Formats: sequence, C-alpha cells, structure tokens
Amino acid sequence: MNHNQPVYTDNDPQDELVTLNLGPTHPATHGVFQNVIQLDGERIVSGVSTIGYIHRAFEKIAEHRPFYQITPLTDRLNYCSSPINNMGWHMTVEKLLNIQLPKRVDYLRVIIMELSRIADHIICNTIIAQDTGATTTFLYLFQFREHIYEIFEEVCGARLTTNIGRIGGFERNFNEIAFTKINKFLKEFPVALREFESLLNRNRIFIDRTAGVAAVSAEQALDYGWTGPLLRSAGVDYDVRVSDPYASYQDFDFEVPVGTSGDIYDRYLVRNEEMWQSLRLIEQGLEKLKQEPSDIFHADVPEFYLPAKEEVYNNMEALIYHFKIVMGEIDAPKAEVYHSVEGGNGELGFYLINDGGRTPYRLHFRRPSFINYQMFAPMSKGMLLSDAIINMSSMNIIAGELDA
Amino acid sequence: MAEVTNQELVQALTEKFGGQIIGVNEPYGLLTFETHKDSIINVLTFLKENSIANFNFLTDITAVHYPEKKHGIAVVYHLHSMVKRIRVRVKVFIDENHPTIPTATTLWNAANWMERETYDFFGVRFEGHPDLRRILNMDELGVHPMLKQYPLEDPNRVDKKDEYFGR
Repeated sequence: MNHNQPVYTDNDPQDELVTLNLGPTHPATHGVFQNVIQLDGERIVSGVSTIGYIHRAFEKIAEHRPFYQITPLTDRLNYCSSPINNMGWHMTVEKLLNIQLPKRVDYLRVIIMELSRIADHIICNTIIAQDTGATTTFLYLFQFREHIYEIFEEVCGARLTTNIGRIGGFERNFNEIAFTKINKFLKEFPVALREFESLLNRNRIFIDRTAGVAAVSAEQALDYGWTGPLLRSAGVDYDVRVSDPYASYQDFDFEVPVGTSGDIYDRYLVRNEEMWQSLRLIEQGLEKLKQEPSDIFHADVPEFYLPAKEEVYNNMEALIYHFKIVMGEIDAPKAEVYHSVEGGNGELGFYLINDGGRTPYRLHFRRPSFINYQMFAPMSKGMLLSDAIINMSSMNIIAGELDA
Repeated sequence: MAEVTNQELVQALTEKFGGQIIGVNEPYGLLTFETHKDSIINVLTFLKENSIANFNFLTDITAVHYPEKKHGIAVVYHLHSMVKRIRVRVKVFIDENHPTIPTATTLWNAANWMERETYDFFGVRFEGHPDLRRILNMDELGVHPMLKQYPLEDPNRVDKKDEYFGR
C-alpha cells in the first residue's frame, strides 16, 4: 500500500461522485477535524484529512513557561487520560534532573495511570459499540468513567484536566476516601466489564460490522508509525511499559495482549483485555503499597518539588524554594532528553531540550493520535462509508492530541 | 536476541560512513550523533536495514532552531529498534536561509505528516515529499511560527514584555 499521494481524484467524467464534508463538527468524528471524502455510492473513492482546528501552539507556549507550568498544557493533549500525560511530563523532567523517586510514589502513579488507561479505553470501546448501533453498552460502561473521575477528584481536586502530581511526586497524599473509592471501583468494574463483553464479544451484529473491517498488517502498522493498542492489534507486542519500563512497571506482573489481524474487532478485543490487565496492575499496586511507609508521597528534592503552602508561610527555606521554583530559577542540567510513556493511544513522547534557562529551549510532543491518524485517509479508500466511521472510532483519535 | 550496545553501533556507523558521523555522545544513554544533509538518507537507510540493530520504527521527526548558529536549524530524527530495544537520535544541521533536506517518506510512510509538521513550524523543505503542505496552521499564515524570531505574545502589548517574566 503506497498512498503517499494527495488523494483527490479528478477522474470523474460523468460527474457521478459525491463530495461529502465529514466534519469539522460532525457527530461521527468525535472531535474537531475534517475529512473531505468523495463517494461513489456508499464507497469511498478518496479522502483528504484536514486537521489543526484546535491547534493551540503548545510547543511555542512551552518555550515560555517554567517546567511546572507546562503540566496544565499536557492535560489538554489527550484529555481522556490526562494523568498519563501529566506524569509522562513529570517523569521527563525527573529524568533530566536525575531524581530518583521513592517506590511508593511510583506505585501511586501506576495506580492513577492505569485508572486513566481504563477511562481512555472505556471511551473508545463504548463508542465503537455506539457507532455500530449498540447504545445500551455505551450507557452501561460509561458510568465507570465517572467513578474514575471521582477518584481523580479525591486525589487532586480536578476531574478532566487533572494537573495531577508535581515534579517529584504528588502534591498531597492519597486520603482514605480515595482508597475506598479505588477498592469500590475494583469490585464493581469487573462485573460491568464482563457484562459489557458478554453483550458484544459474541454479538453477531457487532462481529459482522467489525471483524475483517479495516484490517492492517503488522508491516503497514509499523511503516505508518502506529503504536499502542492499534499496533498491538496488528500483532506487534510493543508496549513502552515493557520495552522501556518507567515508574517501576518492571515490578509488576502483567501481560501485553496482541491481536492477529489488526481489524476493528481485534482492536476492540485488545483494548478490553488491556482493561483487565490494568485492573491487575491496580490490584498489585495496592498490594505493594502496604509494604511501603504510608506517609511518603513525593521525593525529597526541595529544590524542585513545590512545597506546601503552609510551609511557605512559616518556613524560610520553603519560602526560598517556592520563590525559586515559581520564578523558574531551578538548576537543571543543560541537556536534551527523550522520554516516552504508554499513553491511551500509544507511545507519548516528550523531547525536551534545556539550555539552562528558566524555560525549555524546545519541547516537542510525540503525539500518538497525530501519527496514528495519518493512515486514516489512505486506508479508507475503497471502504464503505459506514465502515470508515467505525474505523475512525476504533482509532480513538482525540482532537487535543491530534493538534497539540 | 543479543543486545547491541551504543559502541557497537557507533563502530558500525563509522566503518560505513567514516567522517560523515560526527558529534557522537550519549545524553541519558540515548545514542546521539550528527550527520550531513547529503548522507542523511543513506544513514537512515543503513540504520533501518542493517542487521546489527534493525531500526524498523521511526518514532519522531522534528526540528530545533538555533538562531546564533551558522547552520541554524537542526532536523532531529528519533529511531527505535523494537527488536533490540534500543533508540537512536540523528541530527542534521541545515542552513536557516535554505532549509532543505531530502525526505524520509521513501523509507517510512510515517514520515509524511511528521515532515509536514516540521515544514509548517520551521519551514524546512523536505525535497521529494509527496504532499508538502502546512498541516496544523492555516495556509495563509505566511510565517513558520516555531522559529525563534517570532515572539509568543503580541509585541505591541506593553503589559506582556518578556523581560518582566524573565523569559
């Protein structure tokens, strides 16, 4: 498949093709981006993707913000799983500063990141079902995203754009209510997920709509830079958590599910299985926390970790560090660093160049949605319009991450 | 699956390309080197197809602007060998006034949008790219906004001077 060509066709002498604007604000795109497609009946002849409708120049803004002010920008990349972005950014800075985190912080992070992965996959999988006509499943499972947001709310006070954690750890310790809610979630979610699977996995209509549709080979997926569940559904067992472990993922026991054909059904199955694995990870994380001292929630790095407000008002040293961090006057090495985490959609990379100034000299986000999405228009050629719609939902393109 | 070290990679590269491989170092364990614009495609092809590491995956293409340098734009490639679990970063410094470099879309289709993004923000012209248009900004923008000479804030505003914020 070589579709490195602009995909409009002028070969339409009898004027039979219909041009359709899918987007920028079309309910089926689940985000603000446009596809201009040419249709021959129900079949797509060609398509052009136009993106950038919510481009917010994050990379430029990041060059003018101290490190700790960049976290809220990362919230708005993949806003369905903001904590993963936040922590990916924190870990990038910690790598730059050579900060070693206590194990308890790593485990807390794993719990939060896996909860956000579940939230991300809930959205994608229920929406595939919704787009194939199964509204019930959407309503059954979607409430658990709300429960996950309640846990985030307990930990950091925010729900969607979380700004969770700080460089060096968390801004506060998890309270009892948070743990109660996590345990409640662990008890209730598997029941709902099993019900969700029993409604869809062997559902004739669902399989007819998804199996064999938009199949992608492993070679194509790698050639187009796919990562995450999409790449794994094509049979490549690449997962950043395993290949470059961060946040102590090497301490955990979990499996990386892979598909075989890369079609929509496989993507759905891979995401479902990842939710089960995330549950395993959270359970193990809670178990491991019992071995750790319960009052540690950040590394002991006062030069980089924002002190608590009451400290700042009552303690001279805390005031000095607060001032230095807020003014961006921390001593960071002049270096460049690339760090990546396994986001909901794939490898989320941060390429940070620090020149010793108060702000990054350059920060580049490797955004999985952006790179995954470029195959959409070429692979839609010859596809039915209704298949292309589910294909798009199964790619889980999040406009914030697409445009940055 | 034998692991491969950065030293073995550097050795293989210098054997093949000699003086074309410069500025080798390893910040945070990630092998980084520079090469020239004429040899970049050969280097990338070698990295992709050699049997030592087989860098099958193009992670990222981006650019960095250094206005004070003679060759002021660095095009940065991040490659990844999923088989050997090793990454490499390749940089090419090109002239800011004539920012051209051959396209990598001949090697990876993934390079298509990454190069369009780099063109959009830095004005780097990837020669041979099939569809080099802006991707995130509007076509009428006229400038390449990530270049350092373009300020973030409206320069006419008096309340948002960068020096007040120490930037």
